[in-house]
Formats: sequence, C-alpha cells, structure tokens
Amino acid sequence: MDILELKKTAHKVREGIVTSIFSAKAGHPGGSLSAADLFTYLYFEELNIDPKNPKKEDRDRFVLSKGHTAPGLYAALAYRGFFPVEDLDTLRHTGSYLQGHPDMKCVPGVDMSTGSLGQGLSTAVGMALAAKMDAKDYRVYALCGDGEIQEGQIWEAAMFAGHRKLDNLVVIIDHNKLQIDGRVEDVCSPYPIDKKFQAFHFHTITIDGHNFEEIAAAFQEAKETKGMPTAIIANTVKGRGVSFMEDAAEWHGKAPKEEEFKVAMEDLRKAGETLCQ
Amino acid sequence: MPVSRNFDELPRIATREGYGSTLVELGKEDKNVVALDADLAAATKTCMFAKEFPDRHINCGIAEANMAGIAAGLAASGKIPFMSTFAMFVSGRAYEQIRSSIGYPGLNVKIGATHAGISVGEDGATHQCNEDIALMRSIPGMAVINPSDNIEAIAAVRAAYAYKGPVYMRFGRLAVPVFNDREDYQFELGKGIVLREGKDLTIFATGLCVVESIYAAEMLAADGIDAELINIHTIKPLDDALVAASAAKTGRVFTVEEHSVIGGLGAAVCETLSEKCPTRVTRIGMNDVFGESGPALELLHKYGLDAEGIYKKIKAAL
Repeated sequence: MDILELKKTAHKVREGIVTSIFSAKAGHPGGSLSAADLFTYLYFEELNIDPKNPKKEDRDRFVLSKGHTAPGLYAALAYRGFFPVEDLDTLRHTGSYLQGHPDMKCVPGVDMSTGSLGQGLSTAVGMALAAKMDAKDYRVYALCGDGEIQEGQIWEAAMFAGHRKLDNLVVIIDHNKLQIDGRVEDVCSPYPIDKKFQAFHFHTITIDGHNFEEIAAAFQEAKETKGMPTAIIANTVKGRGVSFMEDAAEWHGKAPKEEEFKVAMEDLRKAGETLCQ
Repeated sequence: MPVSRNFDELPRIATREGYGSTLVELGKEDKNVVALDADLAAATKTCMFAKEFPDRHINCGIAEANMAGIAAGLAASGKIPFMSTFAMFVSGRAYEQIRSSIGYPGLNVKIGATHAGISVGEDGATHQCNEDIALMRSIPGMAVINPSDNIEAIAAVRAAYAYKGPVYMRFGRLAVPVFNDREDYQFELGKGIVLREGKDLTIFATGLCVVESIYAAEMLAADGIDAELINIHTIKPLDDALVAASAAKTGRVFTVEEHSVIGGLGAAVCETLSEKCPTRVTRIGMNDVFGESGPALELLHKYGLDAEGIYKKIKAAL
C-alpha cells in the first residue's frame, strides 16, 4: 500500500465527482465526496476484481446501498479501468449508461442496481449467503449512509446477517452526520450506530474514513473476524475536499453552478499540488 | 373440449400444494434452485423443499422486504431463488423491493405468492390480497401467472423455472377441483387455453374462477346462450391475439377473477381490446371493496365469484 498514491487517486476521484456532477447539472456531491477515500481504497487496494473481466465469477462484490453517491463509485471504476474516464461527463445525460443511480445491467463493475435507500444491504447479504452456500471465498462489501440506516430494511438485513454469521460480509457506514434535511441526529437519530450493529451480532470498528491506514487496518480486522459480519463505522466529512461543500447539508443533492464549480476545482487543484510536493 | 364434468367428483387440491411439490422436483434437478420464506413455510408449502434440502431453504423470518433483497442478491450470484409468503405480504409489503431490486435489474427471481384472493377465508381483509395482479403486472419485465388448479400450478412452476427473468406466481389456500387432468392439457407461458368454444359471448377467467366459469357457461348453455370460455393463466404477457380473436368472434366479453376489477385480468383484457378490437367488456371480480372473514366458499358466493354469481352477473348484463 502506497498511501501517497492512494491519496492522489482519491484526489482524481474527487475531481471526477465534481466534474461529472457539474456536467450533469444534477447529482449528489456531498456523500460522494465523503466516501471518496473509501471508494478509492476499495477499488485500488481491497477488492479482488478485474477491470478486464468485470463479471469474474469469484470476484469480491461491492454494493453501493447509498446509490445516490454513484458519481463516487463511477469515478473510482473509471480510474480503475472499468470504462473510459471521459464517459464520466455523460453522467445523468439522456442515453448514457451512467444512470443517476447505479444500473448493474449496463455499467461495467456495478454488481447491483441500487438507489432506493435501504435495499442494497439486503442484496449484499444475499450475495454473501450465496458465497457461503457454494463454499466460495469471495467477500461482499456494502456501503450505507448514516441517514440511510433510518430505513427499517437495513435492520432486517443486519438481523439476518448476524443470525447467519456471515463473516464474509462487511458493511461500511459513511458516517458524515448529514442527510438532506439536516443533521442526522436532528432529523431522526439512529445513534449509537456501533451498539445497534453489535446488538445484531456484528463486530464493529470505528475509524477515520479519510485515513487510509485506518481504513486498511479495519478491512484487515474484518477479514480476521470469524463467525460474525463486520460493520465499519467510518467517520467522514460530507463534501470533503471542496471548501464550501464541507459539512453542509445543502450540498447533499445539487450540482455546483459555473462559479461554484471553478472554486471547487481550485480547491481540488491546490490539494493536488500539495500531494505532488 | 367442450368440458362438461361433474366437478363434485373431482379431487380438490390447493394450488400451493403443486407449488411445494414441484419446487422439490426442481430442487432435485438443479442444485442452484433455492427457496426463501418469511416464517410461513408450512402455509406456503416451501416446507416440503425445506425437508428435502434444509441447506437450500432460507427462512428469512418475518421480514419480507429483506427477503426480496436477499433473493435478488442470490440471483445475482447465480442462484434461482423461489421466494414465498402470502400474496399480500410479498406483492404489497415488498412491492418496491421487487420493483427496484428484482425487476429493474431483471434478476431471475421467482415469486411464489400463496393465499391470494378472498378464498383465504377466515383471516379476513388484511390477508385477502385482491390487488397483487395489478401491482405485479405494472413492473416492467415481470411475468404474472395465476394457475386454475393443481395441474396447472405444477406446469406454471416449471414454466417459471424455464423462463429467464422475474416471475410472479399466484397460488391459493383453498382446495379447488383438479379439472385439467386430461391428456390434451398443455401449458404454454403467455398462451390462453380455450376450454369451450361459443359464439354469443366470451368469458376470460383466471385462477379458481376458471372452474366456476365452466359451471356458469353450462348454466348459460341451458338458457340457450353459447359462451366461449378461455382460461387465461398468464396475465402477463397476455395472449393478445387470442383475446382479440375471441372478442371479434363473439362481440361481447366478460372477465372473471378473484381479484379487484381494477388492474387485474379485466383491466388487462380491456387494455388489449381497446387497442386491438374495441368490444364491450363486463369485469367480474372484487368490485373495489375489501373482503371480510368467513369460510372461503361462502365468501366466493357472497361476492358473486362462484358459478351462480358469475351466471347471474352475465345474465343481468346481457
């Protein structure tokens, strides 16, 4: 693991997020940026995948349960080589395969169609169960939002995964503390997140979701955890990397205007320069 | 054809039985067939599969939405999941999961919904699903099958297995006459079966209303009315050609179903005929009302879905 390289890649992923959403004139930058380091680590270090063979039978699976942050997933997939980076600018355009929310039928590398919150985790549980039934050793990763876990289906899925001891399943909570209508704790608090997953027989790990060393250690600990699934609660900052989007609920689901786009790209350019020094 | 038998002498079997037994057969033939249930395995008959293949029967507990998602994940991983619970709880409770996690990605999930319609009986309106055909056929790519007896249920399960993509199968709790037990019986997904040829009117019936409509057609015949009767076991894709041809031939259409007149077989037939062969249609079914508690046969009589009720409605409408 080369942390500087990962940081540079995450930087490109963030640029991809901002430019694709700007091109689409719609989308969800806040939660895409908060999860950018997680996407980067997953696709460049963690997952056993092959961009040349996206449907490889024994690949690790990733389900973006918080499907609205597709721009982050798409940027990671594009830079990993699943499809051309230039295509990111077709996000949400009529006729583009880069739908507003992930579509497994047409996006190389997307393992499940998602978008309606709460549904993705159940599908990841189904994949993890299939691996167990077939005695395969691939692993399944699902990324959920901290607002998303207000959905009851998340806890149905957690109950089942804990009951079935699916230790090949890792649930990552992008804990950026914000949802569209405001702070998660003000809208309808699901806290404490770790204790809830523990109650459903999960091993839990809480990390800084922007620190690659902590991300790496958490995934390693998850692999070593037997007899129970793991939930990684990743503390993140919504809008991370773009000054005016950071920790601002209003940037959950809108595109930057021309001037805002320039500021955002300038923020990212400066951060990129720092990385290259 | 024409069918004329004393149904009182026929064995009566609930269509859910054929579902359960065929699932076991498919399980023997294909190791990728798995069954899911939501704490109703004894009622939906997936318990038969559980007994034979305990490691491939997944009881999800009372959590239908999660069950639908797990089925999607299993299908995305190469399994052929058959998931079951009561029609109301799968088509209603898990509608959006079926739509977005199964239908949208076009995953190969088979839904075996039992206890459909008012023939659920004593449990009453909360458990009597008269809306599932409407809900399920609105999902792009979803096939919808409503078998009329146990023979047809067995054929439907095999057809669903052979079909690549999501299928909704509607089964009943009530034991109904096994009338398809004959040599010339053939099931083809999306093809109606002409049970009786006639020239005065056409009855399109589905599910347990088919056998009741056979009786009704015989009562009409006694009055000199020559009814054509067609069993529409597949509501989606509908046999448009047969529906239009029969309507063109008789010029008067009735639909009969143990389902709301909104969105079900009647609606599907109206949609086809309005475009292909405009014909007057009378929809016989649950008339935009909820059901209630009572023995199944009494309820079918009360809501006019037995032979006598169907006969009277047709006579009154002519």
